[in-house]
Amino acid sequence: MKPAPFKYIAASSLVEALSLKAEYGEEAHFLAGGQSLIPAMNFRLARPAVLIDINGLTELASIDCSNAQAIRLGALTRYRAMERDPGFPRACALFADALPHIAHPQIRNRGTIGGNLCHADPASELPAVAVAMQARMRVKSLSGERELAADDFFVAPLRTDLKAEEMLVEIVLPTAGARSGASFMEVARRRGDFALAGVAAIVSLDEERRCSGIRLAFCGVGETPVDASHSASSLVGQRCTDRTIAAAAADVRRAIAPSGNIHASAGYQRHVAEILTRRAIAMACNRIAHAA
Amino acid sequence: MQPDRHDIELSVNGLQYRRTVEARMLLSDFLRHELMLAGTHVGCEHGVCGACTILLDGAPVRSCLMFAVQANGHELSTVEGLTGASDELNPLQQAMHEHHGLQCGYCTPGILMTMTAFLKENPDPSELELREALSGNLCRCTGYQNIVDAMLKAAEMMRAPAP
Repeated sequence: MKPAPFKYIAASSLVEALSLKAEYGEEAHFLAGGQSLIPAMNFRLARPAVLIDINGLTELASIDCSNAQAIRLGALTRYRAMERDPGFPRACALFADALPHIAHPQIRNRGTIGGNLCHADPASELPAVAVAMQARMRVKSLSGERELAADDFFVAPLRTDLKAEEMLVEIVLPTAGARSGASFMEVARRRGDFALAGVAAIVSLDEERRCSGIRLAFCGVGETPVDASHSASSLVGQRCTDRTIAAAAADVRRAIAPSGNIHASAGYQRHVAEILTRRAIAMACNRIAHAA
Repeated sequence: MQPDRHDIELSVNGLQYRRTVEARMLLSDFLRHELMLAGTHVGCEHGVCGACTILLDGAPVRSCLMFAVQANGHELSTVEGLTGASDELNPLQQAMHEHHGLQCGYCTPGILMTMTAFLKENPDPSELELREALSGNLCRCTGYQNIVDAMLKAAEMMRAPAP
């Protein structure tokens, strides 16, 4: 047995899960898909005294695409459920692009969006997607509820703004307007590995097909998902051509500060990020053209 | 700290089992050491290699990334359940044998379980789709080509109408 001993409690309701978290605080972890937590426990990098299993809380596993302004995802929604939902991949191109990059089918059968976001790995795809989409995180505790912007949710590597007694229960994804397109791309050494760099791009056009807004967020190039939207703002007011897109991508390259790792130098990460930025913006624009 | 023990009841390959397990016992260890179903292999124990892949309610999962207590009330399938009552190899196993899809065989149970679920959902996959589905199972002997050949052949055999 690899993990250190712990007390296991399967919560049968959200209120029970929140009561247990209020009681045990930092000592306890919620167990959702477990696809990041259990490896960490097997290595004994994580040694929670208590695991509160929330897999029975099926009310937290839901996908609601019925509202035109926002898609709502229950925190316990598994990657495979998102991939296989009849409406969600069409309604949300960034997720449709990003989900196949997350580990492997066996992991995606268990892993959940809430677990992914709360794990807050800066190399992971979905935190960057959440930041690009300006997702809102709905967080509950016994004493109440609050909503956090994705930008404020991720505070450091593997750290979120969640308090000890809180649970992420729902992710609200605002949908972009009609003349918007999106694309997620990454480069990893092998299928399913963490990305050397990955980018989520959302481009909006005005009636003259000039760029009216751009959202850009990266995974793998910083201590949290990196919001580089401002760095690409030279594109706003312009038509998206190879030249204007390349100029914006060059600005982004200068703005980000990856640290490099054993797989790629910082310079190479910047290079990959620049090229991916060009391609993702072009793909997002292309998708608007096809939708129109 | 007193061991935290739980009574569980689950089905593996159609048989019901009841056991008492410590909370921290991984499902992979439970299958091997408690149920003596050692066909499920343990490689990396952190979800990377795929050797311990089993089916949980029909879906392939890593048994090293679940606790046995979480399998309470669920239906599991392991490599031991693939052969029929007469111990004949099933089409996937037969194809692996014929195409030399294994050498040391350590990764084979995980690959068979992954492919069992995949071919059920995708009876006529392209080679690219099959390779993508296989991407979560590491094999250090074969270079994958023979496994891919075997699984494409198995898919073809299973599509053919019974004689």
